[in-house]
Amino acid sequence: MHLDLVLDMAVSGHADRVAFGTRDGGLTYAELADRVGRTAAVVASKGARHLVFVGANSTDFPVLLFAAGRAGIPIVPLNYRLTPEKIRDLVARLERPLVVHDAEFGDLVELVDAHLMTTAELRAEAALVTEPILESDGDPETPALVLFTSGTTAEPKAAILRHKHLASYVMTTVEFSNASDDDASLVTVPTYHIAGVSNTVSNIYAGRRVVHLANFDPPTWLKTAHDEQVTHALVVPTMLSRIVEHMDTVGGEAPGSLRALAYGGAPMPATVIERALTLFPAVDFVNAYGLTETSSTIAVLGPDEHRKALEGAPADRKRLGSAGVAVPGVELEIRDDDGKPLPVGEVGELWVRGEQVSGEYEGRGPVVDAEGWFPTRDRAWLDDDGYLFIEGRSDDTIIRGGENIAPAEIEEVLRRHPAVADVAVVGLPDPEWGQRIGAAVVLRSGQTTDEPELQAFARAELRSSKTPDEIRFVPELPMTDTGKLLRREVALTFAEPAAER
Amino acid sequence: MDLKPGTKLRSTVCTTEVVVIRAPSGPVDLACGGSPMVPSADAGEPTGKPAPGFDHGTLLGKRYADEVIGIELLCSKAGDGSLSIDGEGLEPKGAKPLPASD
Repeated sequence: MHLDLVLDMAVSGHADRVAFGTRDGGLTYAELADRVGRTAAVVASKGARHLVFVGANSTDFPVLLFAAGRAGIPIVPLNYRLTPEKIRDLVARLERPLVVHDAEFGDLVELVDAHLMTTAELRAEAALVTEPILESDGDPETPALVLFTSGTTAEPKAAILRHKHLASYVMTTVEFSNASDDDASLVTVPTYHIAGVSNTVSNIYAGRRVVHLANFDPPTWLKTAHDEQVTHALVVPTMLSRIVEHMDTVGGEAPGSLRALAYGGAPMPATVIERALTLFPAVDFVNAYGLTETSSTIAVLGPDEHRKALEGAPADRKRLGSAGVAVPGVELEIRDDDGKPLPVGEVGELWVRGEQVSGEYEGRGPVVDAEGWFPTRDRAWLDDDGYLFIEGRSDDTIIRGGENIAPAEIEEVLRRHPAVADVAVVGLPDPEWGQRIGAAVVLRSGQTTDEPELQAFARAELRSSKTPDEIRFVPELPMTDTGKLLRREVALTFAEPAAER
Repeated sequence: MDLKPGTKLRSTVCTTEVVVIRAPSGPVDLACGGSPMVPSADAGEPTGKPAPGFDHGTLLGKRYADEVIGIELLCSKAGDGSLSIDGEGLEPKGAKPLPASD
């Protein structure tokens, strides 16, 4: 299966419905397909092998996603919160890149050595195209998407998702054209997150109008949902936490049109979801769990489970902390460190198999085993009814507000400060962000510094989302006798009250 | 014929096209409008018309499945013929949609 089939079917099934934007004046599926064909011709004419996108989630993204598919090359959405140096380095890893960026991100791509175009320039050029590309080559093996993940090391991996992975995800989990005419989905997830991509494709297939909100804040989210008569929305836990806090402190009503609210991308604090269920009593809540390498969602906890949990039976309340059950076409297995399957109730590594699972990285090849199972590196267990419970990452990646952060990158920067002898960065539980960043610092003898100074030092290099939220000064870092850092013990030092320094 | 997920097939007697979502382990005789389906890539236009009894039509976006055989097809283009395996009609799968998760 090729993603282009999704667009083809959408045009056959609901051509004149609005796909993106306001109900009056938004872009219809027929118009979307027209822009895709023209844009594909421009992209193909540049002779690129990768279409890099640095931009907010807007109508340009679905156009570029499908245009890249028609041109036979993958789209590579980059995080526009990275530094210009980082963007330059990532683009340098891609063969023959064409970089398309929103005009406002011009300063981010100024170091890039590649053909550059703004989204406005591309739109203008596409409008003049006389020979659009009207179909793809249909090859399901062609890469559709390359997404950079951040692993435990500071070097991000480039995950490859082929057309067959994304198309199979959508076609097995979404019912074609099942949205009603007045459905509208409010989308706040960025394009460089797998959910931003899968959401785009799912809504096109379902025929559900999408309203984009590029910059999230709670009052704007509530107002847009109200003004646009939004029925569906997808948020990361940090956003829901801020919406709930805003409604509790400043006020604001749940939009009357809202019927379904899906969340995912990071662990959801129980306090937040419980409060949200009370504040949005008429809304169907859905917890979606998945990974970049699995084309997004592989398990879903549905509205019934959420409602039951609120009624209070202990077993049902526990389910609220579950990621739900596997979606059709996906198998889950918990294995021990030797790769042997574990019985129900035991914690081990989650392995996953299915048509939507890629587990493939640029320059490394697939990491699936001989039977097609992919190791997620998430610690997890399954209950008697197949409900999946995620305990955390096998490795030490910090997930702060849905953003994956590698401790090594922050440590590397802090170690460059003249007063710092050594440092260990860990994720700490946080009700708003899921995790916040803690740094345990060993000072050089005779040197002094303080928390604000080190935070400012880190912020200058890393931007604010990777700046440690809390810094502790410790005499030494806990190490194994082979010299490996014991991160769990580091995290424990943050549970104690801060000592005088 | 042997099927695998992602295989695209077309009818030889109407405009129907399907994509294989779930493939049975062995070969099956898959027909539309009473005539064997062929790979979509095969050249040629549909000719004739669906045979009586196999002319109820296919619906765009519907999934057609048989749990016993272990097959699931997605209709990517509608037509006048209906789908069958070894002469037995394939039924549209009852919609049991997942809640929207993204």
